[in-house]
Amino acid sequence: MLTVATGNKAVAAAVKAAKPAVVAAYPITPQTEIVEQIAEYVTSGEMDARYIPVESEHSAMTACIGASITGVRSFTATSSHGLLYMHEMLHWAAGARLPIVMANVNRALGPGWNVWAEHSDAFSQRDTGWIQIFVGTVQEAYDTTLMAFRIAEDQGVLLPVMVNLDGFTLSHIMQSLETLDPGDYIPPLVLPHRIDTENPAGYGTLTGPADYFKFRWGMEKAMRTAPSVIRDAEEEFFRRFGRRYGPVEEYLCEDADVVVVALGTLGVEAEVAVDLLRKEGIKAGSMRIRWFRPFPDLDVAGRDLVVLDRGYSFGFGGVLSDSIRSRYPSASIYSVVAGLGGQEVTYDDIADFIRDRKMGEEYWFGVDA
Amino acid sequence: MFEIRIHSRGGQGGVTAARLLAMASFLDKKHATAAPFYGAERRGAPVVSFVRIDDQQIKIYSQIRSPNLIIVLDGSIMDSVDVLQGIQPGGTVLINSPHPVDLPNVNVLTIDLTGIALSVNLVVAGSPILNTPVLGALAKMGVITRESAEAAIRGMFTDERNVQAAEAAFKELIV
Repeated sequence: MLTVATGNKAVAAAVKAAKPAVVAAYPITPQTEIVEQIAEYVTSGEMDARYIPVESEHSAMTACIGASITGVRSFTATSSHGLLYMHEMLHWAAGARLPIVMANVNRALGPGWNVWAEHSDAFSQRDTGWIQIFVGTVQEAYDTTLMAFRIAEDQGVLLPVMVNLDGFTLSHIMQSLETLDPGDYIPPLVLPHRIDTENPAGYGTLTGPADYFKFRWGMEKAMRTAPSVIRDAEEEFFRRFGRRYGPVEEYLCEDADVVVVALGTLGVEAEVAVDLLRKEGIKAGSMRIRWFRPFPDLDVAGRDLVVLDRGYSFGFGGVLSDSIRSRYPSASIYSVVAGLGGQEVTYDDIADFIRDRKMGEEYWFGVDA
Repeated sequence: MFEIRIHSRGGQGGVTAARLLAMASFLDKKHATAAPFYGAERRGAPVVSFVRIDDQQIKIYSQIRSPNLIIVLDGSIMDSVDVLQGIQPGGTVLINSPHPVDLPNVNVLTIDLTGIALSVNLVVAGSPILNTPVLGALAKMGVITRESAEAAIRGMFTDERNVQAAEAAFKELIV
């Protein structure tokens, strides 16, 4: 069915189609319309799920963990400070190998109080063991949320997945949305280590130094398996529903001398900048990275990379730039810090970043002269 | 690319007008995006919303700076807001007003959307509804087709007075 929807409504519609048994959420600021819409679906009977309103995001994640460990599909959504408040339990969800899916509307962190788009909330959860993806359109938010359940619940993965969408720029913008019936695209969840609710029993969870590292290595093995599972999920999605996605959305990269690398909506707008520059004879291309963890393979050899960072590691550098630099030490990178706190960045600005690039340097848009 | 900025007051339905316009454009087999201005929105405060319409997929997320068309749902906003800011040379302003409005260097169209809403008793919580009749005016201007305007309205509202108001606006607007 074709409709008009915001990014928030698209995620909610995808969650409805994925049929989780439990949705737990803190319903107040900085929560989004995602759970408001899901609550309406549950109230109206369109969704047969247990909706648990809780007193904090920490509890929302804990409730999802409790539900998931019994082997049922669970979902939550949050944003900015709400995600940070979950931090402890994010580690727990990943460590317990629970395939929880969460939508995070990327918004800046205070102070100053700011509700606009930034990626610092997600970046600060980078090392929790969650698979992280950033989406760029309303349709992609819908499609990727469906994929997220399939990927999280894959027996070779069993890790939680965070679907990130830019606050306001994508969460509140209306675009066309084609909803679909996923059928058996997401197979029933089988959690091998689930608690048997008919015969509940728990064992001491103290794990000594002789075993603990094995669990950590298990998480990393799952992360290393995830890319092939993600590729299968994307291929199967294309085969069934006709829309193709990859770990990286490449635009005019084949012959490009300079490639702009970004996440989310900035990466979509970057394609307009590429079109502008191509008309000027500059061989530009765009790579919009979708899967941030596990980090995808990039074709960086022999080209300049202009990396747009919407989040910063203070005392070090742009978080996306640093990921690329540490994976590809020989990469030629111009790091552009832009779009913090919803700072307006247009395709003209992005074209300027590319034209004026100074390889090996860092540039703060709006600050550096 | 055709870019539209809608000026209204919080609660007057400017965002819904943007949504209806996007839906009608989809029904016309075009691409569209609609967005509220990302700010603190309060009932009664001046707000803006944006619509882009194009034959190609729209990849621009940054805000509209030079609109082709500006819609003013509440004429009193013009006392405090420069509604013409950034308008394209030769751009058009559609103003909800019972009287002609004279503005320099732009094409001005006026239509009494409030009067139309009141004439068919399209009033909710004491306020006339402006976002459905404006679609009739936009159909008359050729921004969307009449059929898609009505289909978009019927897709969102069951009250046929919305369609009647759009029809009245279509007939009344002189372009």
